[in-house]
Amino acid sequence: MDNNKTTANNKVNKQKSSKEKKDSKSEKIPDNLKLLFLEKMYTIRKFEEKVKELFSLGLIRGSTHVYIGEEAVAVGACSALASDDYIVSTHRGHGHCIAKGAELRPMMAELLGKETGCCKGKGGSMHIADFDKGILGAVGIVGAGLPIAVGAALSSKYLNNGKITISFFGDGASNQGTFHECLNLASIWKLPIIFVCENNCYAITVPASYSTSCTNIADRAPGYNIEGIITDGSDVEKVYIAVKKAVDNVKNGSRTVLIEAKTYRYEGHWIGDPQVYRSKEEIDYWKTKDPINNYKKKLINEKIITENSYTLMTDKVDKLIEDAVEFAKNSKFLSADKALDDIYTSNDFMFRS
Amino acid sequence: MDKVTTYSEAIRDALDEEMSIDNKIILMGEDIGLQGGVFGTSRGLYEKYGASRVMDTPISENSFVGAAIGAALTGLRPVVEIMYIDFITLAMDQIVNQAAKIKYMFGGKAKVPIVIRTQGGGGKGNASHHSQSLEVFFCHIPGLKVVMPSTPYDAKGLLKSSIRDDNAIIFIEHKLLYNITGSIPDSNYTIPLGKADIKKEGEDISVVSISYMVNKALSAAASLEDEGISPEVIDLRSLYPLDIDTIISSVKKTNHLLIVHESCSRAGTGAYILKEVLPDIFDYLDSPPVILGGLDSPIPYSYVLESAIIPSEEKIVNTIKKIMHNLIKNK
Ligand SMILES: Cc1ncc(C[n+]2csc(CCOP(=O)(O)OP(=O)(O)O)c2C)c(N)n1
Ligand SMILES: [Mg+2]
Repeated sequence: MDNNKTTANNKVNKQKSSKEKKDSKSEKIPDNLKLLFLEKMYTIRKFEEKVKELFSLGLIRGSTHVYIGEEAVAVGACSALASDDYIVSTHRGHGHCIAKGAELRPMMAELLGKETGCCKGKGGSMHIADFDKGILGAVGIVGAGLPIAVGAALSSKYLNNGKITISFFGDGASNQGTFHECLNLASIWKLPIIFVCENNCYAITVPASYSTSCTNIADRAPGYNIEGIITDGSDVEKVYIAVKKAVDNVKNGSRTVLIEAKTYRYEGHWIGDPQVYRSKEEIDYWKTKDPINNYKKKLINEKIITENSYTLMTDKVDKLIEDAVEFAKNSKFLSADKALDDIYTSNDFMFRS
Repeated sequence: MDKVTTYSEAIRDALDEEMSIDNKIILMGEDIGLQGGVFGTSRGLYEKYGASRVMDTPISENSFVGAAIGAALTGLRPVVEIMYIDFITLAMDQIVNQAAKIKYMFGGKAKVPIVIRTQGGGGKGNASHHSQSLEVFFCHIPGLKVVMPSTPYDAKGLLKSSIRDDNAIIFIEHKLLYNITGSIPDSNYTIPLGKADIKKEGEDISVVSISYMVNKALSAAASLEDEGISPEVIDLRSLYPLDIDTIISSVKKTNHLLIVHESCSRAGTGAYILKEVLPDIFDYLDSPPVILGGLDSPIPYSYVLESAIIPSEEKIVNTIKKIMHNLIKNK
């Protein structure tokens, strides 16, 4: 296997299309939205750091994938949606949920497996969902979310309710048949859906440069007669602008778009991953692009925040996360006699008197 | 007033009636539009309801089944057609990992009202990729219901109930049934899922069956009556929910049980049914319960070989005679 590590340094700047440059200038983002971007990204980072800690304490079990390093993608993309628009998430879904407005308490309680969790402790990290917030769920099968997202978009089109769906998936998922089938379906049926590929350079240990037949996943879009756009997934504003434009276009009846956000996960694929597949230099390079630190600096330069106001914000968020953890810890597990509830809409199906 | 229709028309009528009262129902599948489905089960519906409700899909089973699931999650009630059950394996991820589990893994806060109609079974020389009986795959998955009608009357009533049900349903038709006729009432009727139907009453042995095998069991029963053996033929109509009560009370009367099914016997339908009823019938049995299933083989092309794999009327007759004969010997 040719683990070409250097190519994992997605050279976004070189790939940036001229279109994108023009758009990022034309869109003026209001200050309060910028503040929200920063706060949401920070919330995701802190939430995930807490998740790691609780995992190492044994309070969170199973497969848990954290989103640290990729925060700008979820926040930029979900901020371009209305609250009743839909997203379909992935196995790395905590960030998407927070960005789409899920509450921290039921999320943390879900990760701890408690009955107050958003799925009563039946879903856990890989099936986190909040239907009231338009979060149609995370999926544990790589690539399985795309068809569901296509279906949500199909129903929005049929019901003519104006809702948009974002389908999140990784670089690895773009090698599943569902990716290709769904780009085709969305294209022929002209569905109100935006495909957001989070290219974090790896599928567990396998680099996208090895597993994927093209340099950019966005290059696959033209074969389905849809537009493919590359954006800098470390820059929340660029993601927001790209997705916002796609949302507006799709609402106005243009074809769907595949947006590839070049990003990177700072942590291992799972907690305790020895990470034999990448170098410290590579990680360090991507940390210079940290979506939160850099954005903080930018907002200080733009005089939208000060060190002081930033600290006030982080203190507030830290407290909210502590509160969510306390809430989760103090909640009960759903009792074992409820294990067979929720399989069918009514449980009384076997006819035995 | 009753009217005589084919099984395929009965399916079509059920779809039509339900679509006419609920515009959340859409149909998705390959060649179901202008063509009306390769078995004619949606004939005329494209003309009546248009392309937005009768959607021809590309050959992307996993993704269009997944799309139907996503649509069901967000307010529609899709009825999907998989042309041959053999192709459903392409969509197993979406059926098994998504449709069946979404309600559960999201803590009961979502539902997937979807019907996946498909067609299975052998007998026409379609060979190994177009003749299988895969129902037991789905019986194994909590969260799915498995419905298999054997008559036009049942097909219509059960399909209407399936469409109205809020769960994910695998509705399996049989290719040899599409052209059989039967009389069905003009009135609007439904048949609840999970109620077996005694297709022929009898005293001597309970023959439990489903789908096309019910027809074979009925012919076998008719010829046995001439020889003084009176089988009771139970059509389960659905494998899940399973009407355990009807089987138990029949066996309490007849004291003998034969389960006949077309799918392979290994880890099969018969074993599943027996496990559900055995504790309740054990004390009433005068002979060991017998399972007559398909032989454990892919379905071959040749008539001779195919007929050897799938239980025949003759095999059913002989099996019943053997059960009754052993009994006479043991007395
Ligand atoms: C169908 C399937 N195959 C394999 C896996 C195991 N697996 C879990 S995550 C993952 C990598 C996914 O990579 P990508 O889509 O790039 O997402 P990322 O983890 O990088 O966010 C794999 C192979 C799975 N969950 N589902
Ligand atoms: Mg990846």
